[in-house]
Amino acid sequence: MATVQQKTLPLNGDEAVAYAAKQSDVDVVAAYPITPQTIIVEKFSEYVNNGEVDTEFVCVESEHSAIAACLTAALTGARTFTATASAGLALMHEMVYVTAGCRAPVVMAVTNRALSAPINIHCDHSDAMAERDSGWIQIWAENSQEAYDSVIQAFRIAEHPDLLTPVMVNLDGFFLSHTLENVKVSRDDDVKKFVGTRKFPSVIDAEGKRVPFKLDPDNPLTMGPLDLPDYYFEHKRQQEEAIRFAPKIIKEVHDEYARLTGRRYGNGFVDAYRLEDAEIATVCLGSAAGTTKTVVDQLRAKGIRAGVLRIRTLRPLPVEDIVKNFGNMKAIAVMDRSNSVGGHGGPLFHEIRHVLYDTQAHPNVVNYIYGLGGRDMPQSIILQIYKDLQEIATAGKVKKVVQFAGVRE
Amino acid sequence: MVTIKELAEKPELFTSGHRACAGCGPAVALRLIMKALRGPTIVTNATGCMEVVSTIYPYTSWKIPWVHTAFETAAANASGIEAALKALKRKNRLKHEHVDVIALAGDGGTYDIGIQALSGAAERGHDFLYVLYDNEAYMNTGIQRSGGTPYGASTTTSPAGTVIPGKVQYKKPIAEIMVAHEIPYVATASIGYWQDMVTKVQKGLAAEGPAFLHVFAPCPRGWRYDTSKTIEIARLAVETCIFPLWENVNGEYILSPQSKGVALKPERKKPVTEYLKMQRRFAHLFNPKFQQMLGEIQEDIDKRWNKLLKKCNVTITKV
Amino acid sequence: MSQQLKGWKDVSIAGVCWKPATDYHTGDWRTFKPSRDSEKCTKCLLCHMICPDAAIKWNKEAQDIEFDYDFCKGCGICANECPVKAIVMVQEGGE
Repeated sequence: MATVQQKTLPLNGDEAVAYAAKQSDVDVVAAYPITPQTIIVEKFSEYVNNGEVDTEFVCVESEHSAIAACLTAALTGARTFTATASAGLALMHEMVYVTAGCRAPVVMAVTNRALSAPINIHCDHSDAMAERDSGWIQIWAENSQEAYDSVIQAFRIAEHPDLLTPVMVNLDGFFLSHTLENVKVSRDDDVKKFVGTRKFPSVIDAEGKRVPFKLDPDNPLTMGPLDLPDYYFEHKRQQEEAIRFAPKIIKEVHDEYARLTGRRYGNGFVDAYRLEDAEIATVCLGSAAGTTKTVVDQLRAKGIRAGVLRIRTLRPLPVEDIVKNFGNMKAIAVMDRSNSVGGHGGPLFHEIRHVLYDTQAHPNVVNYIYGLGGRDMPQSIILQIYKDLQEIATAGKVKKVVQFAGVRE
Repeated sequence: MVTIKELAEKPELFTSGHRACAGCGPAVALRLIMKALRGPTIVTNATGCMEVVSTIYPYTSWKIPWVHTAFETAAANASGIEAALKALKRKNRLKHEHVDVIALAGDGGTYDIGIQALSGAAERGHDFLYVLYDNEAYMNTGIQRSGGTPYGASTTTSPAGTVIPGKVQYKKPIAEIMVAHEIPYVATASIGYWQDMVTKVQKGLAAEGPAFLHVFAPCPRGWRYDTSKTIEIARLAVETCIFPLWENVNGEYILSPQSKGVALKPERKKPVTEYLKMQRRFAHLFNPKFQQMLGEIQEDIDKRWNKLLKKCNVTITKV
Repeated sequence: MSQQLKGWKDVSIAGVCWKPATDYHTGDWRTFKPSRDSEKCTKCLLCHMICPDAAIKWNKEAQDIEFDYDFCKGCGICANECPVKAIVMVQEGGE
């Protein structure tokens, strides 16, 4: 099915991400180590020091400087990549918004890990959830294979001259980053050909000339000015417009990549598993989808019409796909691997429920907060969630909207 | 050596029309830096007075490529730009033989919030020039104290009160901190001596690796003196040895001519009160209640001056 | 400065500046303006080097110093520093 040669390597999620960055002809990597992303930076430094990749690797002194350096390197015309997690992403927070506002096409891998306190190095989604409003595109991988594929696609998406929006590729900390998988990889030159070289859109400079959008002494530009209330709103509206254009590019890139490698992830935006005739379903992000698909198969074997929707792109939110897949649903459970404390449910729950508010069917949507701080999400709990959904579907009403699944009472 | 006429005929790369206060010291510093450029240059600026006054969208005073991202990121920005230029050059995607990178920041973005990025960039050895324009407080946000505010100065967060008379901590020795990083070039300059400053900017750009230039740039609004006195006060700071001019080239201290002149003829050294009395931020020190601070300031300045002379191997007969 | 402001569709992305600062005349800020005695002036060009606003130019063709009153903010540094005291600050609108 693949039209370019593939070979299988035993890689964990971090190694797969580093491998993808290596093959993508990255010019500058500025990064700071944080568990569970460390293997990404370690592997990448090996590639650099062994001459396997031609990249300026800047071992910065904090994540805040990591993203600042990537941002300005990108504005200077370089292809940039960085990786982080948890507290590192939180430390970058100010600059995450700046990067999107400056329209710098930085690609960042996030090995999702819980935010402190108490400090916890294991998987949950609180880190990336805090960056939803920043203007970045967010892709969530179910397995290391998808992480590898998504990083490569991310460069094409971010750098598209009509998009110029940074992309965050999320992979579950430890569950994906540190577990070995048979990852199919393409050849170096095929990946290099796929990602291509950066093209720059043109902007108007202070002399009224159209010049390429980069820091270049031949065509000086002033970037990152002060906006007063007379212009800030317009610049933010532009970002919204760009991300509304993103689905077209994401789909093009995803489909082209699928033709080359034979691998697709749903339609690129959502991965709908056995939802065509489902009556009950769950929604989730990341690796829990894998476990859930196994549970769905078990239920289906018993004749229960269950399914699961995995969201691949959280930003831009795939509104139409969500609505389309839940047309006939009687009960939906959104599984959140993070909580919005005091917010009547987790962030994914908020997003899904509000999208379904306008639909005719107006299904019952409930929320389960699970797996915080790396708490395992076993099949037994997922099975119980589907049992709850069956009850809701039968009774036609909800007993409890928000629940915590897997916490010891 | 380029003549003053040639410098005057160079096109202004930091143009008129910026919104700095009348008599702004940092604006003079920026103009002088731009006079010293030797070729294609990219400037990155931390948040602060100069960034704000020169780039109020859609206007810009900059005729060279310029980027601002945040307050603490001047050195991190420079690191990213320098790394990109290196990578692009290696991959034959850079037209220019060499592009200079300058990071500009005020005392706010250098002494305090920006010191981490500066220290990291210095340790990593990026080839760039970091220029600190020191107006001794967070001026852009309303004259709040910084690590660079001198002892006894009244700022809005260290006001001269009836109980506590202004800032009670001494000015952080930022240039010495940069010397301790063992980078190729560290220097102090004052807008009171434009030739010395231009020369030092040129030396900083030519240095291979990190270079740090600490520029003394008075602020009429924050220091509260008549706008016409900016250059005079910048000169007085050197003449009183409050801000001596020196260089450190590959570890060796060199006293600059203007300060050397003071060292060799101690009668030229003016008492600190001459400098302090010109600025209302020090006015409370002349109140009998706090007057002993004047003596403390003179003592501290003299102590530092003598330490500097030792480092520069300049001996004077004590007055 | 009241003119129709551009909408989000009409400006370049990323807030790239598209107007030179020289379109913004800061000259109307001043209360005092510098007045030069061209007889006393030795054209040493010190005033050009230290003007914060680049409002003192060297006119190559005329081989003379030129004050740009579109931008001069009247700070008085030039008058204070001129080694031959060729510049005095006079009240704007007066003589």
